[in-house]
Amino acid sequence: MKEKTWFSYYLKSISGVIGGILVLVMFTISILSALGITPHDPLIQDPVNALQGPSAQYWFGTDQFGRDILSRCMDGMRRSMLVSVVAVSIATLVGVILGIVGGYFGKFLDGFVVRFSDVIFAFPAILLALAIVNSLGNSWIDTSLAIAVVYTPIFIRVARGPVLSVKEMDYVKAVRILGFSTPKVLFSHILPNVLPPIVIQVALSMSWAILTESGLSFLGLGTQPPDASLGLMVSEAQSLAAFAWWTLAFPSLFITIAVVGLNLVGDGLRDSLDPARRSS
Amino acid sequence: MNKRLPSTVFFTRLASVITTLFGISIFVFIVLRVIPGDSITGSLGIETGALTPEQIESLRAYYGIDKSLFGQYFSWMGSFLTGDFGFAYSNGVSVLELTKSALPVTIQLALFGTIFGVILGISVGMFSASKPGSVRDFAGQFFGLLALAVPGFVLATTLVTVMANVFGYFPNGFEYMSPWEDPWMNFQQMMFPSLVLGIAVAAPVMRTTRSALLETVDKDFIRTAHGKGVKHRVVQFKHVLRNSLIPIVTMTGIQFGYLLGGAVITEKIFAMPGMGRQILDAINKREYATVQSSVMIFAIMFVLINLITDIIYRRIDPRIK
Repeated sequence: MKEKTWFSYYLKSISGVIGGILVLVMFTISILSALGITPHDPLIQDPVNALQGPSAQYWFGTDQFGRDILSRCMDGMRRSMLVSVVAVSIATLVGVILGIVGGYFGKFLDGFVVRFSDVIFAFPAILLALAIVNSLGNSWIDTSLAIAVVYTPIFIRVARGPVLSVKEMDYVKAVRILGFSTPKVLFSHILPNVLPPIVIQVALSMSWAILTESGLSFLGLGTQPPDASLGLMVSEAQSLAAFAWWTLAFPSLFITIAVVGLNLVGDGLRDSLDPARRSS
Repeated sequence: MNKRLPSTVFFTRLASVITTLFGISIFVFIVLRVIPGDSITGSLGIETGALTPEQIESLRAYYGIDKSLFGQYFSWMGSFLTGDFGFAYSNGVSVLELTKSALPVTIQLALFGTIFGVILGISVGMFSASKPGSVRDFAGQFFGLLALAVPGFVLATTLVTVMANVFGYFPNGFEYMSPWEDPWMNFQQMMFPSLVLGIAVAAPVMRTTRSALLETVDKDFIRTAHGKGVKHRVVQFKHVLRNSLIPIVTMTGIQFGYLLGGAVITEKIFAMPGMGRQILDAINKREYATVQSSVMIFAIMFVLINLITDIIYRRIDPRIK
């Protein structure tokens, strides 16, 4: 019988499929916005149509400057996704390398890596990101770097743990005796066997990165007006929501859908990558 | 400390805690020096450009930033260890004085939030796990997912809008009252921010509770308990919940630690004069001593909470050595 791939297991997970669809929708929206395909220009002001409720022309209504909220939500989602993807990519790359190398070599290097991740862990995430964005600046790349620093230790831990047990296994000893170079042992033989928890962590971290990014822009760091960002839109809606609910509801909904989607994808991956949890 | 903990283990842990705290102190110190601007531009803004070199020199001496980085680090460390935590120039008092009023607010908020979150999380978790795969399980999990995904600031903004505009009730609009001045007002002001924080805590607690319960229910001793005729409710609480507590306590400890530091946004929205706001203000004003000392206080509390969770483990499960 043909061996089932993880993907066929993934498709059996209801949460994985729903999450996958939600994430795909948000990605598509981001790409459309990047290509400039939005119903209106997210930046163009139209004072005559300020604070209009949802209508056929403005599906999500307009804000205090008469800008189309749907277009701004799309643009904001693009920024959140961009920051989330870049930040988590950096965190994964750096964290996994440090974790694997530290776990494999042990001793002083490992002690340093573990201590470093403890230091960052004991720091409240949002405060750390806040201080770093404050020192770097407000472009999306600065926000990404700040979030990457915050999430690197998680990947160090996730990668290091399994390496500690895998490196003692016979097959690793065998490839070492066969004379494979250390990088080859690390990345061709050990990495694939510690990959599943890392992949799951990527999905979850992306959802937290979106929350952190919107939190920072809510506090006025990161994306600056007039550019659109979901956190900034919620922040501006604080004084408007009482009489214009749509200014608060739609950006909040966008953040929530993206975070729910990524979390469900994480659940789906967990169910399909962990042999013990594969049902039937 | 616990007698069952061998002294070598205790000392290794103590040593690692101290090196971690030392690392944090250096890390904050460096991050702050990298931020453009200093205490002078932080307090005077663009007027700094109008200062003569002599004035700048004397201001640098006043703020203590004329010393070398080593000098600055050690003079701060000195004042941190001797207990006044350094001087907050823009407030004109020591950081200790600031912290004395701000820390209780944050601790009260985090405690209320955690208690609410744990009660909510465990209840929904038990509700969900009582019938896996059923509609109620689905509803519970859906709640957990939403609580995880709706950002605190969205929830807070919505609460403020609805409460203030629909019900005309908004206790946080008044000046903050400590529980000693006006307990009833204090409670009303704590209510909404704790609710927001509590929901954030409830999500992971609910998920942990559910999976821990489902794991325990399958164990032999539960079947035995049912078999010898123990009432269902008693089995649920005394056998199943008790034996699932360890992961729940771990998760609660982690969440409490996060709340202490992560309440920045909530404190800001609800105008609570806690540690989060203190740090936020201090970062903007480049009050080095305030930021450094506040972060150290957070870090020490974080480490202490880890230690306390460890001790609670031993209470719950005597098998842990």
